[in-house]
Amino acid sequence: MKRWFEPLATAWGGVVTHKLRSILTMLGIVIGVGAVITLMSVGRGAQAQILTNIQSMGSNLISIRSGAFTFGGVRGAATNTLTMEDAEAISKQVPYISAVASSYSSNLQLVVGGKNTNAQVSGVTSEYMSINNMNLASGALFSEQDYQRGAKVAILGSEVKETLFGNANPIGQQMRMGTIIVHVIGVFQSKGAMFGSPDDAIFIPLAAMQQAVSQPRTAQGGRVVSSISLTVSDQEHADYVKKEITSLLRTRHRLSAGADDDFRIMSMEEIASTLSEAMGTMTLLLGAIAAISLLVGGIGVMNIMLVSVLERTREIGIRKALGARERDIWIQFLIEAAFLTFAGGIIGVIAGWGVSYLISKMGIISTLVTADIVVLAVSVSIGIGLFFGFYPAWNASRLNPIEALRAE
Amino acid sequence: MIRLQGITKVYPMGNRELEVLRGVNLKIKKGELVAIMGPSGSGKTTLLNLIGCLDKPTSGSYYLEGREVSQLSSGELAQVRGQKIGFVFQTFNLLPRLSALANVELGLRYAGGGDRSQALEALAKVGLSERANHRPTELSGGEQQRVAIARALVKNPPLILADEPTGNLDSRSGEEVISILTSLHAEQGITLILITHDANIAHHCQRIINIKDGQVVSEKKV
Repeated sequence: MKRWFEPLATAWGGVVTHKLRSILTMLGIVIGVGAVITLMSVGRGAQAQILTNIQSMGSNLISIRSGAFTFGGVRGAATNTLTMEDAEAISKQVPYISAVASSYSSNLQLVVGGKNTNAQVSGVTSEYMSINNMNLASGALFSEQDYQRGAKVAILGSEVKETLFGNANPIGQQMRMGTIIVHVIGVFQSKGAMFGSPDDAIFIPLAAMQQAVSQPRTAQGGRVVSSISLTVSDQEHADYVKKEITSLLRTRHRLSAGADDDFRIMSMEEIASTLSEAMGTMTLLLGAIAAISLLVGGIGVMNIMLVSVLERTREIGIRKALGARERDIWIQFLIEAAFLTFAGGIIGVIAGWGVSYLISKMGIISTLVTADIVVLAVSVSIGIGLFFGFYPAWNASRLNPIEALRAE
Repeated sequence: MIRLQGITKVYPMGNRELEVLRGVNLKIKKGELVAIMGPSGSGKTTLLNLIGCLDKPTSGSYYLEGREVSQLSSGELAQVRGQKIGFVFQTFNLLPRLSALANVELGLRYAGGGDRSQALEALAKVGLSERANHRPTELSGGEQQRVAIARALVKNPPLILADEPTGNLDSRSGEEVISILTSLHAEQGITLILITHDANIAHHCQRIINIKDGQVVSEKKV
């Protein structure tokens, strides 16, 4: 007990004697640890947010889009390869599917009131809303009749509604969309901000879309759609369903054995794990950037410890004359350095937590402080104290007692 | 208690070597009170540092309580200092940010421990009980040196070494310090070696050893 208490008390004495210096040294660590906590909590928060958003789309969802996976490479394959006929064939021939919907999207010019603007318009079939978990914030969904007759009615994504109508109630309002005029009958709840979010789109029945723009046809005469979405009756069969759809579409599109797919199938589960992985990497990257400031703080600690050893040369000489071994001196300075960084680490955790709470509270981005981040930051800060305190403490312990006693 | 045989100490000085001690032979019995005198640069402080295990001789052997200590490692020497030797310096060498009591306790810490009551007792012996919580800067020079003496004796060492203990004091405080040291020697039988320039102080001792040019030139009983 006493063996540990005495070096701690001595270290505390060293810290208190130079209050301002200790505080400034600690500040480097406080900022470093605070930055690690804040940035990593932002990363973790974004990760959690995206996963929630994806889950809100429905985890049984599988979506099929035209085109192959190409990144930057030039590819000759036609981009519009999926057709309504494909959707019907999938619905009839692939097992374990509970619903299939197709949509055709295009960027159209809108005239609302006096304003001219552009928006993504999606013509959808009747199962689309339930498959994609679209929930109304106000108004009504399309009726079965609307879908069949191609009624000129629209439901707005939350962002589009915000842009076009602000706080005004859009329901019952008219807007011109290409060559047709539609009535707004509903507004969807937000799905959360992300790339390609349905919040940014306007939905109308596919039959109405066909009147607004001419739906292209493939060489075989199929009516082109932008995407086909479907739900699997049981998550377990998702892989089997994907395989079945792939072989069916390859046959229908008459792809030879060696040719790449001219469509992409993605399940929400895959998207979730891919994004989650990407966000994890981003979190680490943010943490690493913040860790640079921690490193700078550590160098500050080393600097101060070297000065401190120099200043207290005589004290070291006195302690050695009284019988202190090299180890005693070494431990004393090491504990002092670790104490500075540990205290800085604790304050940094509190500060970082506070900042990330504020960021969340002000609605900039949602943050999440997890236990592993805190443990990591605190242990890294102690580690920094030990690492950067090592050399100064070693220097101190190696001083010759006679020369040290002679120092001013 | 102390036996030095053919002790030499050589310091490298650039290209040349500086021979500070040239074959010192010396015996000091347990419970003796010895003064070392000599002109500046004669090597008396170097000798005291060697006796105090703060330094190692270049050659020769040093037996402290029968144990050859001249070849010990620095850690072993530290242990010998902690357990056997108390130092009193000319410049007091108290830690300025610690109270008198804490300074005395420091003397126990590296000697294997002890408790506060021992430190208070040592302060009482030098007549500073009321000043226990004062810092060195709040004490007079004589009082500071008495705290340093308390620090040296708190661990009950068999040997106390004092390097010009009155060198920084006015004559009245100096006398006080010397009378404390001599009475400690008389009451507790501590072996006491002190360096001094002052012949009056030397005459309080039982034996005076004169050093010149790194050698013992004369010894005389008082």
